[in-house]
Amino acid sequence: MAEQCAVIGIGQTKHRESRRDVSMPGLIRIAALQALEDADMAFEDVDAIVIGTAPDMFEGIMMPELFLADALGAAGKPIFRVHTAGSVGGSTAVVASHLVQAGVHEKVLTVAFEKQSESNAMWALSPAIPFQPQLVAGAGGYFAPLMRSYIRRADAHPDTGCMVAVKDRAHGMLNPYAHLHLDQSLEEVKAAPMLWDPIRYSETCPSSDGAVAMVLVDDKHAKRVKNPAWVRGTSVRTERTFFAGRDQVNPRAGQQCAKDVYDQAGITNPLSEIDCAEIYVPFSWFEPMWLENLGFAEEGLGWKMTMEGQTKLGANMPINMSGGVMCTNPIGASGMLRFAEAARQVRGTADKHQVDGAKVAVGHAYGGGSQFFAMWIVSSER
Amino acid sequence: MRNVAIVSFAQLPSVRVSHATDEAELVQPVTSQAMNQVGINQDDIGFTCSGSTDYLPGRPFSFVAAVDGLKAWPPIRESHVEMDGAFALYEAWVRLLHGDIDTALVFSFGKCSLAPVPDVLNLQNDPYYVQPLGLDSISAAALQAQALIDSGKATERDFAEVAVRNRKNALANPNAQIKGNFSVDELLKEPYLSSPLRKSFCPPLSDSAAAIVLAAGDAAKKLTKRPAWIRGIDHRTEPHSLGQRDLTSSPSAKLAAEKAGVGDGKVDLAELHAPFAHQELILREALGLADDVSINPSGGALAANSLMTAGLIRFGEAASHVLAGKADRAVAHTTNGVCLQHNLIAVLEGE
Repeated sequence: MAEQCAVIGIGQTKHRESRRDVSMPGLIRIAALQALEDADMAFEDVDAIVIGTAPDMFEGIMMPELFLADALGAAGKPIFRVHTAGSVGGSTAVVASHLVQAGVHEKVLTVAFEKQSESNAMWALSPAIPFQPQLVAGAGGYFAPLMRSYIRRADAHPDTGCMVAVKDRAHGMLNPYAHLHLDQSLEEVKAAPMLWDPIRYSETCPSSDGAVAMVLVDDKHAKRVKNPAWVRGTSVRTERTFFAGRDQVNPRAGQQCAKDVYDQAGITNPLSEIDCAEIYVPFSWFEPMWLENLGFAEEGLGWKMTMEGQTKLGANMPINMSGGVMCTNPIGASGMLRFAEAARQVRGTADKHQVDGAKVAVGHAYGGGSQFFAMWIVSSER
Repeated sequence: MRNVAIVSFAQLPSVRVSHATDEAELVQPVTSQAMNQVGINQDDIGFTCSGSTDYLPGRPFSFVAAVDGLKAWPPIRESHVEMDGAFALYEAWVRLLHGDIDTALVFSFGKCSLAPVPDVLNLQNDPYYVQPLGLDSISAAALQAQALIDSGKATERDFAEVAVRNRKNALANPNAQIKGNFSVDELLKEPYLSSPLRKSFCPPLSDSAAAIVLAAGDAAKKLTKRPAWIRGIDHRTEPHSLGQRDLTSSPSAKLAAEKAGVGDGKVDLAELHAPFAHQELILREALGLADDVSINPSGGALAANSLMTAGLIRFGEAASHVLAGKADRAVAHTTNGVCLQHNLIAVLEGE
């Protein structure tokens, strides 16, 4: 690695079910301009742009980076488009950081977005594929059996998922950018209709319109701000969709991705050495599952951390301080929002959902059939 | 900066319809062939990256199925771009610069037989102001070709000469789809598809897949006698709106060529991703290629044009000449978007 990489600018839109007030270029410009302002930079200072979004069909535009180039001031510059399913926001940030670390560019703007109101993601995710049974069930229908399997294996308390929903929504109340601002009690969450057992309506993420952007720079330019977030580790891992030997409840790709970033950052005990984490939890039960997969809890004990309140703001291992995907889910941007929120924590700019004295934070995203993983570790120390 | 090279290349022959091949069946043969050529397998690969588009099969996440064509177990470091496979090669090149891994597998696949491609490509246009007009890719390219004629830079005869040469070159390429000895006068008698473009000035629709293995430093030398070293590589874009561009030139290709160092030495051959005949003329000028440069010895995109793969195949074809010792310095080019909006250029050298 030729260079160190730091996050010096972060921006995001207010996320809503439908941002009819802005076009797609308008949406990404809000996030990009905010990130540039934060970094004390302008479009002309940017060397290259890396953009990520989930399937093009969600917006009905093929390779939207072509049409969005103008809005990002990309003329005459390299613009690069990443797409790795639900993990795309994370993978996009990883590619952007690699351009800096490899010494290819000094100042990179990275952007991720989704304008889900342009279509219906649930049905876009339920296509009829030749020679395969049609799974007309959206993402929840795919993941519900994995959660049932987790509950059986771990003998988990049945309220765990609802506790995650209550906690993440309480966190989301502190985040003015979050889509959902719901002050929900455990009783209210439990009373919601069951969609895909064990996932109630109240335990699912919303469909959001939104964008997020970050400015990543090398050592020389990190001085522009007093509080850069240093990228201390990045990793991606993939495993096959169809393979009898894989464990979709606790995927090996996720374990290896986590081990890789911890090794790079010199972390041997994630629970004690990491101050907080933003992890990709689109359905409530993924919190305990990922706590185990990422090594914050021993296998079978993730649900206890949640039930004991250890993942709340103010407790010893705050998870999804921003409210997470459970409050805000512009799919293509959701991964980068996790990465950006981790960076906000170590920069000390997370406002009302700031973890006191956070120095080391994890950003995590996953996609496909729990098979694509992207992570980074950011730190206030170089 | 670390030296990275192309060490092997494999492709499926481009055909109009590749029946009943799904993503995994396209990907598995080419990736294993590319790895076999240098005696390695997936376990030896440090990073894997692919390029494809969901708009050909018409379903979201089609690239996910391609992973099933790989031996992705134990889990692999992997990424995907919704761009031509040549851009996946660019991401893999960046990844290898880190120094912790030495090899990368790059692949792409595209089946034009699954979709009405010229109409689908209208979806690359601005969704608010242009898409509703139904500007298919042939009509858009025709606007560019007419602008070129109006500027006095080229004539329809020049377009025909480009088409004739490419398809003649393709006679020596077993993987090409459209090949033969055509005459310029014969082509100029074809009816217009979209004036001034005739059928032969437009690319065929092809199904194909391709794979390339990249290796860095000593690892490259161990895998092959004469690696095709990537001496320079760069990509640039232009404003999206056709009205904001001078369609008769390609400033983004010119800039990318400068950054990649195309003009720093004698170029033996260039593989240009010019789906339409007139675009080759624009690119030659933008890259500043001398008259003695062999252009598209493979026949180029006019002989075989599998969307998302045609660009990676340009890189592979250019590298093949260097790997075989038939060229010392080759240029590879890929384009993306309507009327050459986005261009990627690399210089490959033998020593």
